[in-house]
Amino acid sequence: MDHIIKLLPELNVAFFETLIMVGIALLFAIFIGLPLGVILFITDRGLFLENKYVKQAVGIIINLIRSVPFIILLVFLLPVTSLLLGTTIGPMAASVSLSVAAIPFYARIVESAAREIDKGVIEAAVAAGASPWMIIKHIVLPEAKPGLITGLTITAISLIGYSAMAGTIGGGGIGDLAIRYGYYRYDDTVMFTTVILLIVIVQLVQYFGDFIAKTVDKK
Amino acid sequence: MIELREIRKEYGKKDKIVAVDNVSLRVEKGEIYGIVGYSGAGKSTLLRFINALERPTTGSVHVDGIDLLSLSNKELRKARQSIGMIFQGFYLVASKTVYENVAFALLAAGVSKKHIGEKVDHLLSVVDLADQKEKYPSQLSGGQKQRVSIARALANDPKVLLCDEATSALDPNTTKSILSLLKDINQKLGITIVIITHEMEVVKEICHRCAVMREGKVVESGTTFDIFSNPKDALTKTFIQNVLEFHLPDSLIEHVQGKLVKLMFLRDLATDSVVSDMLQRFKVKGNILHGKVEYIQETPLGVFIMDVSGEESEVSRAIAYLEKRVNNVEVINDGPHYQALA
Repeated sequence: MDHIIKLLPELNVAFFETLIMVGIALLFAIFIGLPLGVILFITDRGLFLENKYVKQAVGIIINLIRSVPFIILLVFLLPVTSLLLGTTIGPMAASVSLSVAAIPFYARIVESAAREIDKGVIEAAVAAGASPWMIIKHIVLPEAKPGLITGLTITAISLIGYSAMAGTIGGGGIGDLAIRYGYYRYDDTVMFTTVILLIVIVQLVQYFGDFIAKTVDKK
Repeated sequence: MIELREIRKEYGKKDKIVAVDNVSLRVEKGEIYGIVGYSGAGKSTLLRFINALERPTTGSVHVDGIDLLSLSNKELRKARQSIGMIFQGFYLVASKTVYENVAFALLAAGVSKKHIGEKVDHLLSVVDLADQKEKYPSQLSGGQKQRVSIARALANDPKVLLCDEATSALDPNTTKSILSLLKDINQKLGITIVIITHEMEVVKEICHRCAVMREGKVVESGTTFDIFSNPKDALTKTFIQNVLEFHLPDSLIEHVQGKLVKLMFLRDLATDSVVSDMLQRFKVKGNILHGKVEYIQETPLGVFIMDVSGEESEVSRAIAYLEKRVNNVEVINDGPHYQALA
């Protein structure tokens, strides 16, 4: 018990580092991944901005990033991180590669959530003479909202997992703590504490995600 | 109001499927026009040409004098605002309230926020849903959903309303109330309505004119009354059978004593006393086995099946008399030998 109390300040720092890493990556997922996902959807066949070339171009870029395992992506992006931030150490540095991974991940989730919308609802909006932007803002996004939120929960949980990997190359956070104490020093107490902390965080994220998704679902 | 000229629509590159094959159609202002056909006949595609949701491979589409196919995207959006559309599946936005669903159409047309509230309230009162405006579509019945979608379609004061199997998902009573609402809209607001359906009942109820489609072609068209009273194409006859024809039970046919005659009365004749006149003039017995008077666009169309019995010569003279006075007399069978045929 003493051991854990002594560890508390460090655990606290690690917790916030994880929060920052995951938070930044989620922001990028929302601001870049969401629009990309919407583009993938509306340029699809039979939809109001059907465009084979745009759809393929975006699709290929997303698939390229998604086919690289995260731990490789992490190393691969080190030069970019260093160029952007001047360092490759710390949660900010780790959030660069986490964001790069989060964007295409969420984009695909957004695309599949949007596909769940009844095509007729979109056709009705087109028939009403609505502009593409109006349809995206007033039909696609609100109708896909429960799916978008569930998707964000999935993304957040995956990112918590990825952030532990980022910890191995000096990204900080809970994962880093677990590796440093648990793996290098064979300190099982720290190991268990961090695992339990991660479990609690994931459960909470899942719970709140589901709760919000349910509240906004009017079906 | 609506003019489709020599429209053809092909799908696929190698194995071409012709969905609509050289169809020309004119719908006059203020008319309710029905397009009937089984699913896959191309009627849904045809309807979608009228607001350019589908573009024909060849042919032209004019609505209210505007050539829809020559418009830019922006101009087309503007044109679509004066062409309302409702669907079999209602297609309301589940995440929006009734009010917001109707408001969306106004928002899409760029109506100012201030005017939207007033207009939506008015539209909802037209469709008799003023007290439901805060509800979500999932809380409404099918008929109510269709009313919301009608309100949405009417939002921008359209000149044309397109109905894509609008009543096919509704029960008979709700269908009746939706049809009478459409009729009201047509009469009070002067909106031209095009309705596609596979139910001849719908056509009978509200359409002034109609066209019957099969395999992408219009096989027959004309006023609803003419189509009902004098169908020419086999498909039209099949459709009408569901409304007008009736099959006599075998047990009844076995007891037929004379000739079985089918009489069809058109217009005023349905109210005349042709049958009683015949019975008084000739020494025959007339036994009505089945009968029905349908009102098509308020014009009566009567069909009766009679067993005319008596002395052979009298029966023949009686039938000849009927043929003179009734629009359509058909001797279904000459009596006893009918059973051999059956």
